Amino acid sequence: MKLGISLKSILVLILIIGASFATGCVNEGATARKEIMVTGSTSLKPIADELAEVYMQKNPDVVITVGGGGSTVGITNVREGTTNIGMSSRDLKGDEMTLNKIVIAWDGVAVVVNPTNNVDDLILEQIKKIYTGEIVNWKEVGGVEAKITVVTREEGSGTRGAFEDIIMGEDKITIDAITQPSTGAVKATVAGDKNAIGYISLAALTEDVKSLKIVGVEPTADKINAGEYPLVRPFLFVTKQEPSGLAKDFIDFSLGDEGQKIIERNGCISIR
Amino acid sequence: MAFLVNSNKHAEWVIEKCLFLSAISAIFFIVLIIVFIFEKGLPMIIDYGLLNFILGTNWFPLDGQFGIFPMILGTLYVTAGAMVLGVPLGLACAIFLAETAPEKMKNSMEPVIESLAGIPSIVYGFFGIVVIVPFMRDAFGAGFSILTCSIILAIMVLPTIISISQDAISSVPKEYKEASIALGATHWQTIKKIILPNAMPGIATGVLLGVGRAIGETMAVLMVSGNVVKIPSSIFDPVRPLTANIALEMNYAYGIHREALFATGVILLVVTFALIMVVDYFQRGN
Repeated sequence: MKLGISLKSILVLILIIGASFATGCVNEGATARKEIMVTGSTSLKPIADELAEVYMQKNPDVVITVGGGGSTVGITNVREGTTNIGMSSRDLKGDEMTLNKIVIAWDGVAVVVNPTNNVDDLILEQIKKIYTGEIVNWKEVGGVEAKITVVTREEGSGTRGAFEDIIMGEDKITIDAITQPSTGAVKATVAGDKNAIGYISLAALTEDVKSLKIVGVEPTADKINAGEYPLVRPFLFVTKQEPSGLAKDFIDFSLGDEGQKIIERNGCISIR
Repeated sequence: MAFLVNSNKHAEWVIEKCLFLSAISAIFFIVLIIVFIFEKGLPMIIDYGLLNFILGTNWFPLDGQFGIFPMILGTLYVTAGAMVLGVPLGLACAIFLAETAPEKMKNSMEPVIESLAGIPSIVYGFFGIVVIVPFMRDAFGAGFSILTCSIILAIMVLPTIISISQDAISSVPKEYKEASIALGATHWQTIKKIILPNAMPGIATGVLLGVGRAIGETMAVLMVSGNVVKIPSSIFDPVRPLTANIALEMNYAYGIHREALFATGVILLVVTFALIMVVDYFQRGN
């Protein structure tokens, strides 16, 4: 039994190694053939998957490979030339700004609390003070007497990056904040704790949490289009140079009517 | 005839070599993993300084601060907590199953305990975040905490502790037990004075394997620990165990941050290997 398993595993290993060499060879010739790679943000990946699928149906001779990894990974890959298009759910910063970016959609970041919370409107300064740990009790922002459970995302998350850029500025999120690894976990935490506050992608907003108005403006597609809701982040496609060939065609498709419809269907806000 | 002998020899030779190969392959994979993790993580530890790394208390990876001391404490605390909760329960269960349980009950309980081991850890984590965390928050005012992690881990290590301890107890020679009872000792006295001391090496192995499982567990603790990098001051404080740190940040990390996560893995590997050596020592003693 043991013998069989280990022989099999060796065989599988050899196959995997062989396959990875083989794909390596295919990628070498990718620019000549009709094949591109898109990697990066996990928030953007489902949308890119669908865009690629529809695009490939229309162009059967083309192969678009979509991978995750996170915004930072996508940007790094583009810079190193290992991927054609990077996906980022936060704006470029620092030395990343030399890359070429195309906004393909907008996404709101909703600040959410438990549905039983009687607070429903905050100003940016209050949210910032809650996240720096200066405000620790709901009483201080018009709520009941209860300690606030601050919930945040891990360092490097695109949602966290956007939240820090817009709300926190130079200040740091308190180290006492509960750190959750995904949008789903943030939602589950806030839904289960009547004193919690968190932030999630607007596209992921559901009934089990309550989104706060910010300075009286609720996070909706209309308010974001009107430029009234402040917590907005771009969903970016990033390329090393001005896109050309297949990459350009795919980006144009994403920006076109059909692409933007797919984006709206996924809960994001069209660039128009 | 000569041909047959010859072919038998050939077959033997092939089987022998295959067995050798399969034994080697286990070592090969372990060496591969160790080399890979150390190659990725060790340069960072050397650059940053081992003491700065394992005794530093600030973890701000984007600002170049990589102190994992609170996480080492976190791992130790949740593991210790899991043992405090899990060992008495597991041991009691093992004694019950091996000594006093009626045959029928034993037959129905064993598969249940085994199936406890088959539940994926992400399911434990989900159960934790949806059921235990809100319960703990209502009961103690703190949902994500060392205690919550320990409870989940205690449930997860139960099958390991129970099945290995039960085997150890059952394998104590029957004569010992008979002699003890013949001398007028009660069943409980026999268990306490004769069976448990004799089964101790086996029980210790079970407990240490449970410790190994608790230290290495990732998904379940990631979801209920709160992942706060701060030295905890009570069992109701949230923590970030070493495994959770790697799983939490690996997706987005690059450059030195990524290396620091591999370095976290190096520390975790060293702790686990040390534990395996202790287990080995106990087994040899046995």
